Amino acid sequence: MTRIETRWVPLTGCENIPVREGRAIDVQGQQVAVFNLGHKFIAIGNRCPHRGGPLADGILSGSSVVCPLHAWTFDLTDGRVKNHPESQACLVTFPVRVEHGIVSVELPAPLEDCGAKPASCDHRDRPVRWVLRKEPSPAP
Amino acid sequence: MRERLVVIGNGMAGTACVEQIVKYASRFDITIFGDETHVNYNRILLSSVLAGEKSADDIVLNSLDWYRQNDIRLRLGVRITNIDPAAKTVTGADGATTSFDKLLIATGSSPLIPPIDGVSKPGVYVFRNLDDTRALLDRAHAGARAVVIGGGLLGLEAARGLQIQGCEVMVVHLMETLMERQLDSVGGSYLKARMECLGIKVFLDRSTTHIFGDTCAEGVRFKDGTEIPADFVVIAAGIRPNVELARTAGLEVNRAIVVNDCMETSHPDIFAVGECTEHRGICYGLVAPLIEQGKVLAATITGNKGQTYTGTVSAAKLKIMGVAVFSAGDFSAATPGNDVVRFEDPALGVYKKLILRDNRLAGLILVGDASDSHRYMDWLESKTDLTDKRRNLLFPEPVADCGLDVAELPQSRIVCGCHGVTKGTIVQTIQERGLTTLAQLKECTRASTGCGSCSELCQHLLKAVAPQFREEKQKALCKCIPLNEDRLREIVRNERLRSVQQVLDLYGNSAGCAVCKPALSYMMDMVWCGAHQEDRSARFVNDRVHANIQKDGSFSVVPRIRGGVTSPEELRRIADVAEKYKVRMVKITGSQRIDLLGVQKSDLPAIWADLGMPSGQAYSKGVRMVKTCVGTDFCRFGVQDSIATGVELERRFENLFTPHKLKMGVVGCPRNCAEATVKDIGLVGQDGSWQVVVGGAAGKRVRKADLLITVESSEEALQAAALFFQYYRENANYLERSYDFVERVGIERVRRDTIYAPLAVQQGLRERLRRSKANSKDAWLEGDRPCHPSQFVQIEPLPPVLPLERVP
Repeated sequence: MTRIETRWVPLTGCENIPVREGRAIDVQGQQVAVFNLGHKFIAIGNRCPHRGGPLADGILSGSSVVCPLHAWTFDLTDGRVKNHPESQACLVTFPVRVEHGIVSVELPAPLEDCGAKPASCDHRDRPVRWVLRKEPSPAP
Repeated sequence: MRERLVVIGNGMAGTACVEQIVKYASRFDITIFGDETHVNYNRILLSSVLAGEKSADDIVLNSLDWYRQNDIRLRLGVRITNIDPAAKTVTGADGATTSFDKLLIATGSSPLIPPIDGVSKPGVYVFRNLDDTRALLDRAHAGARAVVIGGGLLGLEAARGLQIQGCEVMVVHLMETLMERQLDSVGGSYLKARMECLGIKVFLDRSTTHIFGDTCAEGVRFKDGTEIPADFVVIAAGIRPNVELARTAGLEVNRAIVVNDCMETSHPDIFAVGECTEHRGICYGLVAPLIEQGKVLAATITGNKGQTYTGTVSAAKLKIMGVAVFSAGDFSAATPGNDVVRFEDPALGVYKKLILRDNRLAGLILVGDASDSHRYMDWLESKTDLTDKRRNLLFPEPVADCGLDVAELPQSRIVCGCHGVTKGTIVQTIQERGLTTLAQLKECTRASTGCGSCSELCQHLLKAVAPQFREEKQKALCKCIPLNEDRLREIVRNERLRSVQQVLDLYGNSAGCAVCKPALSYMMDMVWCGAHQEDRSARFVNDRVHANIQKDGSFSVVPRIRGGVTSPEELRRIADVAEKYKVRMVKITGSQRIDLLGVQKSDLPAIWADLGMPSGQAYSKGVRMVKTCVGTDFCRFGVQDSIATGVELERRFENLFTPHKLKMGVVGCPRNCAEATVKDIGLVGQDGSWQVVVGGAAGKRVRKADLLITVESSEEALQAAALFFQYYRENANYLERSYDFVERVGIERVRRDTIYAPLAVQQGLRERLRRSKANSKDAWLEGDRPCHPSQFVQIEPLPPVLPLERVP
């Protein structure tokens, strides 16, 4: 039996994901949507199985998210579709941990290094600043 | 010849009694004298008229037809000045003398005017009858400062009504507790907190000595020398029974006209009913006892003597939405042997107190939640032994079956206090007439047509009794929050809720969903004119990033081009931006705007900065645009300046949210090149005038807009449009387009509530629009000052070790 290699990838500071909202993070081509439910963070694949909508931009309804394109609704805790019983589609969910105010997800390997990916848009002409992050805040 | 019955007083008590009398037999030739010039109306609802919730016509209890049908001679505007009990005649102020065989005195009461210097100055009002109410409505306007002297039921209701009319209201009360005749000091403090929460200032323990002002009232001065300036003063310090007539006629009078249990006075052919009477030492000032008295008196006077009136458990209810106050019985806990059961929660503003004597309810006070008052009234009136209910006195086990709750009520229990309708009558009427809806029940029994506080109970009765009951419910907002939008707006206003989450936590399931969250977001913004707590998590993505999401997750950018008028310089910038950001499509829209499609979220701030133009709000349920034709500047046919007017229209409404998207059009002649008659708001120029049209559509369905009004100047047209605009914002349900709204409400009512509305109402609409506009801003300013650091940023994962992050 093949054992799937996984690794923990630090994504971003908790403060970058406002309460009851989600943000999309591109981890080497893998689009991850991270949500802040207030009491915990949840990570899923940022692609609606229906028509590929960006779920990170959806409205949260408790621990469910509503896709902004056609309002397909998914339970974030198990990835199941809630309002289209005919569909067998299911979201990918990733384990999340929060340490020292940093949200990390466990993603499947194999990936050679975990360095930050360069910006995906090449026409940014505004200066890019690197700043020290604020004191890591505890997970809400 | 029939016996002549003369009734002095055309108020609720007298007329209700006559209603009962004519039910027995038509043995009387009846004449009613009324001092006021109105038919009998529901005095209890004057506060609703003052608050603008009801019109004078809405509160009429007996129309002229009723008097005619019952062959009653009605003499309005005639004050009776003398009763001659020996000659059995009454004399009116007009000098005419009328003979009677039986006389019914129902003169009611007058406002009590405390000994204050300057009470007769202009600008000092009382609040007792319809004329007083009209005078107050004429005087009240947005921003006027009103001082109400008296913190009892009437004073507080008057204060709230005036506040709803836009006045800044202060209540001055002589005692240390509001409504001290109905509440204890704790209850009073809860009520005070509620009133202040609504924005009404309350001054307690203040004895007013002067109403100062040169020619008219300019304020009040207290015993301690302090003053409050005011534009007008309302005195609501209590009532005084009108007994002079009876006294000079030699009837026995104490505080009021003394009546026995059969409602007879000391003269065998003279009877009295209502607020002008004193029964067993008590003068009643509330409606329920008057109705009961009237029934007994009707039996007595028609020769069916037997029924007696033995007194009523007094119960009072404050009729201010969002401020539930109910009090009944004897609530002075001081008597030894009394048990007091209390609950209070300052955070919820709920206070409940029951006073028990020998395990039976003797009195109660409810503030903040009076939903179970009928159960307590029942215990109080029936003197139920509560021994086995002691564990659940304040929190009865929920009744799963609403029929059970109803079944517990005795048949004789009055359900509708305003009209004295008992449960028995309602049940009987439902069965005999086969009623199925609340509307039918209202029509047949008048139950629930007064203050409306019993409508829930009536619904329950219908549900329990009527085999084919159809609940008339306005659609609840969604499954998360079981209230309709009208009710929610009321709650949000009254409870001063300023965030979506607050509403969801208090009245919903806390989670919310993609239906109710944007709807509530809109409601917050609209109700508080932009001074709410904005919660972006409750907004649809378009309103989080101020662009329209496309099928691939990219966004479209539409800059504001007012009236569709642009310049070569602006077009050049747009072209530059399109190239620089490799915009995948540049499209001229149907609304005379330019759409840049296929933009990444993270590029939005830079694009907006490069464009240097405000947001066209083409992504929002808000003001979209004004489409215009060329107008007078170039067009050979133009008769009105459609471009200047259209640009101004867009400028006045831009950046505001609306229940659904709102499109406008302005055309300079009836050829209608910019299709103004199929827009939500359209201005159609004619030679010398403008037609303002509303509720047009050219979407899924096509609808020609209705004419709101024709006016002469562009400014008048813009003003009329503004009235409709704000009216639609305040009254439509979320996602209800103007054309659905206009059809639902009806254009006649829209006109009545906007352009033909009383000046104060129009001013209110304008003022709230002005405030909303002042609090609004171009959403694209967030490009420079994001409301959250990661609002537009594409977050990059952290490098494995370095605790650094990238910020644009």
